[in-house]
Amino acid sequence: MKQLTPKERMKIPRHAMIEQDPQVRNRNFEEVNLGYAEQMAIEEAQRCLQCPKPTCVEGCPVHIQIKDFIAFIAEGDFLGAVKKIKEDNALPAICGRVCPQEEQCEQACVVGKRNDPVAIGYLERFVADYERNSGKVDIPVPKPSTGKRVAIVGSGPAGLSCANDLCQLGHEVTVFEALHELGGVLVYGIPEFRLPKAIVRKEIDGLKAMGVRFETDAVIGRITTVDELLGEEGFDAVFLGVGAGLPWFMGIPGENMVGVYSANEFLTRVNLMKAYEFPNYDSPILDCHDKNVAVFGGGNTAMDAVRTAKRLGARNAYCIYRRSEREMPARVEEVKHAKEEGIQFMLLTSPLEFLGDENEWLHAVRLIKMELGEPDDSGRRRPIPIKGSEYELSIDIAIVAIGNGANPLIPQTTPDIEMSKRGTIVVDEETMKTSKKGVFAGGDIVTGGATVILAMGAGRKAAQAIDQYITSGEW
Amino acid sequence: MFKIINARFLAENIKMFEIEAAKIAKKRKAGQFVIIRIDEHGERIPLTIADSNLEKGTISLIVQGVGKTTKELNMKETGDTILDVVGPLGKPSEIENFGTAVSVGGGVGTAIAYPTAVALKEAGNYVITINGARSKDLVILEDEMKAVSDESYVTTDDGSYGFHGFVTQKLQELIDQGKKIDFVLAIGPIPMMRAIAEVTRPYKIKTVVSLNPIMIDGTGMCGGCRVIVNGKTQFACVDGPEFDAHAVDFKNLVDRNRTYADLEKKALEKFEHNCHLVEKINELEK
Ligand SMILES: Cc1cc2nc3c(=O)[nH]c(=O)nc-3n(C[C@H](O)[C@H](O)[C@H](O)COP(=O)(O)OP(=O)(O)OC[C@H]3O[C@@H](n4cnc5c(N)ncnc54)[C@H](O)[C@@H]3O)c2cc1C
Ligand SMILES: Cc1cc2nc3c(=O)[nH]c(=O)nc-3n(C[C@H](O)[C@H](O)[C@H](O)COP(=O)(O)OP(=O)(O)OC[C@H]3O[C@@H](n4cnc5c(N)ncnc54)[C@H](O)[C@@H]3O)c2cc1C
Ligand code: SF4
Ligand code: SF4
Ligand code: FES
Repeated sequence: MKQLTPKERMKIPRHAMIEQDPQVRNRNFEEVNLGYAEQMAIEEAQRCLQCPKPTCVEGCPVHIQIKDFIAFIAEGDFLGAVKKIKEDNALPAICGRVCPQEEQCEQACVVGKRNDPVAIGYLERFVADYERNSGKVDIPVPKPSTGKRVAIVGSGPAGLSCANDLCQLGHEVTVFEALHELGGVLVYGIPEFRLPKAIVRKEIDGLKAMGVRFETDAVIGRITTVDELLGEEGFDAVFLGVGAGLPWFMGIPGENMVGVYSANEFLTRVNLMKAYEFPNYDSPILDCHDKNVAVFGGGNTAMDAVRTAKRLGARNAYCIYRRSEREMPARVEEVKHAKEEGIQFMLLTSPLEFLGDENEWLHAVRLIKMELGEPDDSGRRRPIPIKGSEYELSIDIAIVAIGNGANPLIPQTTPDIEMSKRGTIVVDEETMKTSKKGVFAGGDIVTGGATVILAMGAGRKAAQAIDQYITSGEW
Repeated sequence: MFKIINARFLAENIKMFEIEAAKIAKKRKAGQFVIIRIDEHGERIPLTIADSNLEKGTISLIVQGVGKTTKELNMKETGDTILDVVGPLGKPSEIENFGTAVSVGGGVGTAIAYPTAVALKEAGNYVITINGARSKDLVILEDEMKAVSDESYVTTDDGSYGFHGFVTQKLQELIDQGKKIDFVLAIGPIPMMRAIAEVTRPYKIKTVVSLNPIMIDGTGMCGGCRVIVNGKTQFACVDGPEFDAHAVDFKNLVDRNRTYADLEKKALEKFEHNCHLVEKINELEK
């Protein structure tokens, strides 16, 4: 390979992702990003300066050895690169797709100071896909059995990564999942066009092959309580990765009308229940075809919902957000993709009331314009209503995507686990221990709605502490 | 996979299934339900656990065929399987010794009321059951209800059996006779529950109804099952399904339950058309 000087490397432009054409993809559910070709990946890897002090690693919540895995790619050793990533991240095909890289690893990349940062996420995704397509997925052989048993509640990224590590350490792991499919938000929330379900399934198949057991249709708290898992069911420890799955509503009049969905319901109907294939699949969804659909919120969930509505044929798919684009919590790439696909953004706008007919069928929403005032607790500028700016927008379907609170099922049935005022589980940040002996927690149930990579990191941290606890017996 | 070890019709269009689900059988309490999915293409629908048998490790479901999924389910026979059964879900009924408790069941609602009636009896209540149906051949669980009741009545809309009239009229009659009623449980079609709420409201009799909004997950994740109680939004799958009848916004429930009426109709037509075709083919083959 030709050795490039740092100056030469800095000059290579960042390789753009190959994407489906916006006017085609906004009518299908296939993945938007098509991935790098091998040569592109190698060239992109050559943009990395192999910094002596790689700041990118600090930017990644799980400290993937980014510099080292990129070095493997530059040499064309893609399998070597995946192996390096997997030392810190069990789900690279997923994180490479959904991480908010622009505010994590890539934001911290020094190349970004002069040029566009190295496309760390795209490279991560590339090698993970390469490995999967090569059929040479390396399934680690677990250490000899310790005879210890761990119950994991919830099969989202937190639970899966915790299961992965504990299984490798030789413990017997059973994952309990409330729904009929495994993967948490990765399967019921994030749509196919951003994260193909086959990828999630493949990762889970890998865990199964390694020896992790899965029980679907098992709502812990109802069928078995946490106390019973630790008691008669004979588990030595429990990890709670139950996510933040309780949709918030806005509390405005008319919110229970026909045609007002939570984003969770809308996305679950489409992703998990395949309602877009009704009546081939039995779950229905209100017909979006040629309709006006408004999504309220500015996060990833809002982007997913509004882009899904567009794909279901909406004539106008609006994203209505009360602050400006700068404050939007969604990944930058999703906002860009949404715009290209023809999503109409109505920023600095907030809903006051839903309006419907006498049978409570939604037909409009009353909106008010906002302006930005002083920063609030979150550091973002507070939106303030502009008096007299109210107006009506005719809509057929509304989707509320303003976030999720913690599901109360576990706390209700396990009162001795300490909860915060927000309903999240309180843990020791180093060990992910809860206030109840033998019980650990991590992911959205601890942080409130956050990110896949943070949930994964928490699951791994907990796995270390669980290993220590069950092998030493010391709490 | 969950195996059906016994399936039989109790009345036209109403079928009882005994299903192997040992863990659920052990855990379930009166008032709780399961969500089932027949197969890969199926939707998730809630069904109340009518009974359980600990020795056999089974639960019983009683299903009225009203649309595609319930009609398809009612074609299942002993030995067939159901892909997913998840539960027990929902809060158990709040059972106390109220004194005199009346359980009112309309149609398949009788099946849903039955386990709670049993629990009320076990808690020491004087139990009166009013079991309503449109006509004689649609009356279900008559013997079972009788066995747990101190007084039991059957009403039919057409007068073909028992008291001629609606369950509300029978309840009003009992009140007018001066019976001191402390608690009413009413389960059935929404108009019936709404009417019962109006009967007991002037007397301030504590009245509980079991609501049947459209559900998906049953774990509080989707918010599709939301109902308005006391002006506040509640998720029926985790906060209910039983609520104070005098505080429920029934109109909103009726309206929301109509969300997919057109689509449901289409699905049913397609299903019945296909069933019809299969029948024809079978006949031809003979
Ligand atoms: C639509 C949407 C889009 C998103 N997009 C992104 C993105 O682009 N990038 C990003 O980084 N993050 C994104 N997020 C956030 C991210 O998905 C979450 O932070 C992450 O999934 C949290 O992982 P978790 O393992 O804590 O919980 P979850 O993924 O929520 O999984 C929890 C699992 O536990 C199960 N469960 C709950 N209660 C019980 C119980 N009592 N018994 C058994 N099982 C139970 C649930 O059914 C679920 O399967 C998005 C979220 C949503 C909703
Ligand atoms: C907590 C609860 C307990 C129930 N217990 C029983 C029972 O023991 N026996 C029984 O026969 N029925 C019971 N039901 C009602 C049963 O779930 C519906 O009849 C069934 O879902 C209808 O589906 P379908 O496809 O056959 O009919 P469809 O034609 O799809 O629908 C007919 C009507 O059923 C309701 N419905 C449709 N889909 C759903 C859904 N996913 N969830 C809930 N309701 C829906 C709607 O009001 C709809 O208009 C219960 C409902 C709830 C919420
Ligand atoms: S896991 Fe996420 S933050 Fe870490 S390197 Fe990969 S894309 Fe960047
Ligand atoms: S900071 Fe950027 S250039 Fe430096 S090692 Fe990391 S990815 Fe490479
Ligand atoms: S059924 Fe989804 S929240 Fe109740």
